[in-house]
Amino acid sequence: MDMRVDLAGLRLKNPVVTASGTFGYGLEFTPYGDLEKLGGLVVKGLSLEPRKGNPMPRLAESPCGMLNAIGLQNAGVKAFLRGMLPQLPFKETAIIANLYACDPDEFGELASILAAEEGIAALEVNISCPNVKEGGILFGQDPAQAAKVTGAVKKRAGTKPVIVKLSPNVTDIAAIARAVEGAGADILSLINTLSGMSVDARTRKPWLANVIGGLSGPAIKPVALRCVYQVAQAVQIPIMGMGGITSAEDALEFFLVGAHAVQVGTANFLRPDFSFRLVDEIPALLEKYGVKSLEEYRGSLLAG
Amino acid sequence: MIEGGRCDDVRAVSCAPAGEIGRKYGLWNLVVENPGWPKVVPGQFAMLRPERFGLSPLWARPFSICRATDETVAFFFQAAGRGTTAMTGIAPGETLTMWGPLGKGFAVEPDVPTLLLAGGMGLAPFVEYILAHPNPENLRLVFGHKPEIECYPFEELTRRAKTEAYWEQKPGDLQAFLAVLDARVRDYANGLVLACGPKPFLVAVAKLGEKYGARTQVSLENRMACGVGACLGCVEEDARGHYAQVCKRGPVFWAKDLKLAEAGK
Repeated sequence: MDMRVDLAGLRLKNPVVTASGTFGYGLEFTPYGDLEKLGGLVVKGLSLEPRKGNPMPRLAESPCGMLNAIGLQNAGVKAFLRGMLPQLPFKETAIIANLYACDPDEFGELASILAAEEGIAALEVNISCPNVKEGGILFGQDPAQAAKVTGAVKKRAGTKPVIVKLSPNVTDIAAIARAVEGAGADILSLINTLSGMSVDARTRKPWLANVIGGLSGPAIKPVALRCVYQVAQAVQIPIMGMGGITSAEDALEFFLVGAHAVQVGTANFLRPDFSFRLVDEIPALLEKYGVKSLEEYRGSLLAG
Repeated sequence: MIEGGRCDDVRAVSCAPAGEIGRKYGLWNLVVENPGWPKVVPGQFAMLRPERFGLSPLWARPFSICRATDETVAFFFQAAGRGTTAMTGIAPGETLTMWGPLGKGFAVEPDVPTLLLAGGMGLAPFVEYILAHPNPENLRLVFGHKPEIECYPFEELTRRAKTEAYWEQKPGDLQAFLAVLDARVRDYANGLVLACGPKPFLVAVAKLGEKYGARTQVSLENRMACGVGACLGCVEEDARGHYAQVCKRGPVFWAKDLKLAEAGK
């Protein structure tokens, strides 16, 4: 089955993309699979300057899920472009940069640096990180702010498609989606983590030093499906769906409600070869279900 | 250079409590098939995720490699939480996803007098260390424990290396053990000092290493999700004030590269 997808000019050889923050800079996973096999790879969130990240503990397990409050620890955009990007198979696999900044100007500056890089296929704008004090989710919770950041990135992104990553921690995700579409977003990716927390009843301490973190994993899949479903009705631009995918069956559910591609996050922690295996498992399952093409299957959810 | 292990679905050979006393304390031995691993460096670890976990618990669990032969890999673990408790039910033939061997192991310098300091479960990597060492006469193991010694894979080590064990039973025993550590680290100031155990124990060893100028390595066991350096969840602050991934830059670190010895200063 032809698994190629074209998302507003972002051409992927298959619809499997690894999600930011769960796949490092890709190189960590080379012992477990061939990066060229993936449709795309979103690298760990990049900022203009290196960021130390939040204090420990940063992770907590929860039923069918996990909380994280890493705080965007990263080596900075320059170290990434110099040291890591040249090692990635950017001619074969779409390398997508995930951008984090504290204000629209800084987002624009990051975008212009990345727009000049041949090895970068697209820019994903993180307006939905729940784990940093400034920026992050604040931009993602207000349609006007979200549009402003999107516009700032789009203006400096050159020919690179701009993906805006949406937060589920909003009252009306469709309203945010429409606002960023209107501001020039080429693609949407959703959902980022759900804001959550976890505490220890015995010690009376929070499990995360940051107290509040982002919930991911299978526990959030129903929320993610609902968000993709609503946004797919609200906008014309393509969607990368994510949130709790741990099987090909899960991936198909996202296509069914309107996603053009999927991102895999927490499942990369369940086994480091997960995403590589998923590339083969999706077409196999589509064929098993008698689906002729991904195109035909996408958004074909029947009435209840 | 690309580092890292390999990921396989392997079958359990056996999973049993370390005797009746071991059962009381939740101390277990797990043996799985060796899927064709490269040679293990003692102190390296593996991520294990039994199929029985389903979707919860979600993460694999990191375990120090206790013994690796061509046929099998053995782990010594304590049933302490949801994941490890679920693991005590593993039956022979059951499938686990395993990736490893991972991380940086202990320095092995066959001709250098080497002091191995183990606290409780921290004994695990030293089993492989002692059994695989080419010159075990250069090794001395000092082991502090709370449950009875029969629960630990200690006895076979006594036949290969100099060993001494200290059983903490009453208040005051810990102080006596720390005094032994002080004396031994001083004796090995020109050798190599390797430690594995609870964090306060590692802090104590790091301080002694600094006090006597001994080259000292410690093995950390921070909570992990991925085990391959991607999630940034297991980090430890290094001497330069950066957060280093324990799974990738460790779990074994030179003590001077961390801030352990500064604790309480």
